[in-house]
This record gives sequence, structure tokens and C-alpha cells, in this order.
Amino acid sequence: MTDVNTGGALTPEETAVRVAATLKRRGRSERRFRYLGVGAVSLTLCFLVFLFTGILSKGIPGMFQHYVTLEVVLDKERMDPKGDMSAASLYSGDAVGLVGEALSSVLGSPEGRKARRAARSILSSGSAARLTEFALKHPELIGQRVSVKFAVDDDIDSFMRGFISRDTPESDRRINDRTIEYVELLNRANLISYEFSDYLFTGSASRNAEIAGIKGALVGSIWTLSVCLLIAFPLGVATAVYLEEIAPKNRMTEIIEININNLAAVPSVVFGIMGLAIFIIAFGLPRSIPLVGGIVLALMTLPTIIISSRAAIRAVPPSIRDAALGIGASKMQTILHHVIPPAMPGMLTGTIIGMAQALGETAPLLMIGMVAFIVDVPGSVTEPATALPVQIFMWADFAERMFIQKTSAAIIVLLAFLITMNAGAIILRKKLERRWL
Amino acid sequence: MADAVTNTDDVKFQDREIPDETVGDVYVDNARMTARDVSVYYADKLAVDNVTLDIGYSEVIAFVGPSGCGKSTLLRCFNRMNDTIDICRMEGVIEIDGDDVFDPNIDVVSLRARVGMVFQKPNPFPKSIFDNIAYGPRIHGLAKDSIELDEIVERSLDRAGLWGEVKDRLDQPGTSLSGGQQQRLCIARAIAVGPDVILMDEPCSALDPIATAKVEELIYELREQYSIVIVTHSMQQAARVSDRTAYFHLGKLVEVGETKQIFTNPVHRLTEDYITGRFG
Repeated sequence: MTDVNTGGALTPEETAVRVAATLKRRGRSERRFRYLGVGAVSLTLCFLVFLFTGILSKGIPGMFQHYVTLEVVLDKERMDPKGDMSAASLYSGDAVGLVGEALSSVLGSPEGRKARRAARSILSSGSAARLTEFALKHPELIGQRVSVKFAVDDDIDSFMRGFISRDTPESDRRINDRTIEYVELLNRANLISYEFSDYLFTGSASRNAEIAGIKGALVGSIWTLSVCLLIAFPLGVATAVYLEEIAPKNRMTEIIEININNLAAVPSVVFGIMGLAIFIIAFGLPRSIPLVGGIVLALMTLPTIIISSRAAIRAVPPSIRDAALGIGASKMQTILHHVIPPAMPGMLTGTIIGMAQALGETAPLLMIGMVAFIVDVPGSVTEPATALPVQIFMWADFAERMFIQKTSAAIIVLLAFLITMNAGAIILRKKLERRWL
Repeated sequence: MADAVTNTDDVKFQDREIPDETVGDVYVDNARMTARDVSVYYADKLAVDNVTLDIGYSEVIAFVGPSGCGKSTLLRCFNRMNDTIDICRMEGVIEIDGDDVFDPNIDVVSLRARVGMVFQKPNPFPKSIFDNIAYGPRIHGLAKDSIELDEIVERSLDRAGLWGEVKDRLDQPGTSLSGGQQQRLCIARAIAVGPDVILMDEPCSALDPIATAKVEELIYELREQYSIVIVTHSMQQAARVSDRTAYFHLGKLVEVGETKQIFTNPVHRLTEDYITGRFG
């Protein structure tokens, strides 16, 4: 046998044979890879579908709740004991009594302590406040007979949804037979309605699930994000511009760059601990306030903004800088007039994504005490507040059945915000990106 | 300094050695810009080696030479565009009307207003045609009011031979123009700040022959008012537009002279080889 294959050179026939042998193998591995990819994407989509059906099927009912419509006589003397129609006067009035009487007249004036207690347990404990607020809003209706919708207690709501079965022995049930009887009486009289929950967006944190809402948390989140944006955006863009356009490229900037990238990977809870140690313990700022929350989230968001801003700046063609410098623009003019404007869409996209991240962040806020039970809607960045994800976290911890629905509803709101923000980022980028380039 | 120059019509170098001294007359009587013993280093690498050259009033001087010969680097010294490159270092003296351009007291901004630049690739700003031209006058505060600014824009575009083509669409983006129009827009932009000298770094290398012809025509007309330094790889272009031609090789200025003389009767062997296309 002669050795034809001298020095690795192959005849065309041999080449063809060898290539043919590998073709099949290559084709197989390509197919395998494609199947793997399709599988991975399908799996992800499956999870996404599970996630959304789970959240939506629980959350959308959570946005609704049961109300009882009652005819109440807004007796002037009892509603407004001081007679000046002030909020203080109305709140000191006997709204509780009026609501109670309205209910009892519908139920055929229950006799006896137990029966009265059963009747009282149907309505939410927020009912009296609701009547007072109604009177404050419509002072002209004082003295008249009005029909007002009152939320039912969360246990009654659960019963109406079928979560509490009549077949369960009375002693194991959260509502007794007599209450069920009354509820059914109301139901037969068509006084119970199932409607969009107006407490969800107007109520704040409450132990009573039926009147608990996300307003306080939402406002808290907005305050926190405002602080976060005001700090993180200018700081992030300025850092990116400095590092890209002004700083000399040396070891120092390299170290800074590496550390910024590392910072992006630091777990958020660590930022929370840092915020606790620096702002609350060292600087003595109060706990639970959006100011501290915003600063902590800003520090967490900064790396994201810096990294995306730098990428955006780097994407500006150098020829534009040359053009500006060439006709005598100073470095600052070049940056302000010709580098930042085309880089803006990229910077804003990064910022919005960072903000969306911050909006969903819970752990650092827990560390700085924004997990407190706060009923009032915060009026400024220095008032105690909680945030939407923290509210969800807290509600998920409550035992009442109705809180599960409220939690899911709040999650939907949070998701809606996140999706809106991300969509906004995409639209912004598409709209501004390389407009004329 | 005069002995640094060997002006010899009868001496013809027979070898391809780069001479220590430039052949031809590097000086002119009415110098607008002067470069004296200019050397430029990129880190430790010598890019321009001890070049002395004058640029006269109302003349077009072409820098030619093979790639990497330092002609663009030298060009960028005249308006200190090399400042943007960290590792770039210059020695020697460059003066404009007697002012040292590297004098720490000279503001690079005012220098670049006096020495405009046109780049290899047309680089209009992503703004309207009007704003492209108006940007320079605005930042330098050349126009007192918007009427004056309009005048400057019209005059600049007119001088760049672009007014007729764009006067109805000044609010459209500069990038919507064709490549040749964009380059003339860039020239108009340079003119708008009223420079004395215009540096052109291969201004036609990205253009088609027709657009090139228009730009060359424009260069020819602009010579009346400006000193123009043009770097080009096209021998024909240098022959067509320039009054003087400087031939660079490996960072050295080998030969400089009247364009006609350089192209018909080059003194140095390297110059002759290059312009006749024997090497490049």
C-alpha cells in the first residue's frame, strides 16, 4: 500500500468522501441544537402561560368584591351633631348607628344580642366611615333617604364566592348559621351585588381585607421611584459621560469600570443593609421613608443606567464628534449638543429598565423599614410609607382568605406598571432612535 | 534654516533613500501657516518626522503619499485635532499668522474657527440642513440676530454651490442629502465660521466621480479666499486642484514644489516612482 496522503494533501475524491462522512454528523448536531432551542423556548412560554393564568385567574376576581346596598336616612342630628357640617363633626356622628338600623330594618329587626351581632358581622367595619365620607361628599343629601353600597365583611365575601361551605360544621366555620341565614335573606332581596372593588385603588393598608387597598403603597412607590429617578438618572448619565468622553483611559478608570459592573451583580438586599447602616444608623434619617428607600434603590439602579448609557454613548459615531470639534465646538459643547442627544434614547431605555427593576424591588426596602403597617397615604418623601411590592409581600403573609385575592390583584397592578414601563422604553427607543442617522 | 533645503533641479537622486532634507522650496513669501521641524509621535512611534513647510495665502496645497506616510497626521496638527488622541505627542512649532497654535494661551476653539476641517467621510450632524450650517456661527456667536444668521447660512451654502439645490428644504435633515451634497454641506459648514484655512482629509474618497468633480470645482473656487490643504490619494485630483504638492514618505516630507513641476519633472526618485504609479 502506497501512502498517497503525503503531507496532509488529499486528492479531490478523498476530500469528497471525508466531507460526506462529516456532513451527516454536522446535520445531526445542528438539528439537535435546534430542537434544544425550541424546547427551551416552549418551556419558558409554558411557565409564562402558567404564571399569567395563575395570576389573572386569582387576581381578576380579586379586583371585585361583594357589596350590600342599603337605604339609609341621613338624619341631620345624628350625622352632624355639631351642626356645622365639618369633617370633625361628621366623624363624631352616629354613622354606625344609622348603618346598623338600615341593615336591621332590611333583616326584619333581629331581636336579641346574638342575632344583632350576627347581623352586624355582615357588613365591613369600614361601613360607618363609608357613610361619613358619603355625607362629606354630598352635603346636600343630609336629611334625605339615600341608598349607599357597603362592602360586606371579608368572611361573607368568601362565603359568597363559595370558599366557605355551608356543609362545614358551624363550630369550624368562620361564620355561623344565623349570619348565613341573613346573608341569604339579603341575597334573595337582591341587595347583594358583585362589583369592581373601589377600595382596591382608594383604600390603604388595613387589617380588614375587604377595605384594604393599594393606594398608600402605590403612592409610596411613586415617591420612592421619584427620588430614585432624580438621583440615579443625572448621576448615572453624568458618570457615563465622564467615563466615556472625559476620563483618561488608564488603570484607574479600568478599575472603576470593573467595579461598576460588579456593583450591578450585588444582591439587592445588600444595598438595603448598606442603606440601613449609612442613612439610618450613621446619618440618622428616619426609617420607613421614601427618601431613604429612593436613595437605596438609586444606588441599586445606578450600575444599570451607567452601563446602558455608556453603551449608548459609544454607539454615537466618532465622526459626529470630529465634525463638532472641527468647527470649534468645545468638548462640553460637543458632548451636550452632539453626543448626549443621539445617545438619549439608549440612556432613557436603560433608565426605565432600571426604574422597573427598582419598582419591583422588595428586599432593600424591608431592610430600611418600609415594611411597616402604614394606613395613611404618604404626602411627601419624608413621611412613612410602604411600597407596592412590599405591600404584596405583607398581604401574602396575612391569613384571611380574601387577602389572597387582594394580593393577586395587587400583583396584577404591579405587573401592569412594569409592562407599561417596559413598553414605554421600547416605544421611546423606537421613536427617538437614530432619527436622522 | 535655509540650508535645510536643497533646491536642485539638476540633482536627481538615483536611489530610493529618503533624504534627510526636503527637496524643493518649503517656504513661500506670503505664509499663512508655518510648520517648523514638526514631529508627531503616537506613543513611541514616529508618525511625522521633522517636517518644515509653509502654507501660503490663497493657495491649494496637496499632501500626497502612500498610506501611513503621516500626511493626515500632519494635517490634523494644523487645527490640533490630534489633541483628541491621548497618545499623540507633537514637537516643533506651527504658527498661524505668527501665532503659535500650541501656545497654551491660544484657545483651541478659536484656532479651529480659524482653521476649518472637512473629513474623509461626509459627517453632517443629524440635524436640519439649516442647523448644520448655523451650528458653528451659533456657538461662536457670529450672528447678532436671526436675520444675520440666515444670511450667513445662505452665503455659506451659496459659496459651497449648494444653495440652489437645498434652498427649498433647509429644514430637512442634512443626512437626507446625497453623499456629494453632504460633503459640500460639510464644506459649507466649515466656511460658515469664516476660517482662514480649510483642511481637507481625503474629502472625495467616499464620493462618486461626478460628486468628486463638483467638490473639486468648489475647491478650485474657494482658493480665492482660503488657504486649502488637501490630503488625497488621487494623483489626478492633486494635479487638478492644487497649486503646490507635497510628497510624504514614511513620515518625512520628501519633496514639495509647484504641482506642475512635481507631476512633470519630479526631482526625487521616490516622488517620481510614486506619481508614475511604480509603487504605492
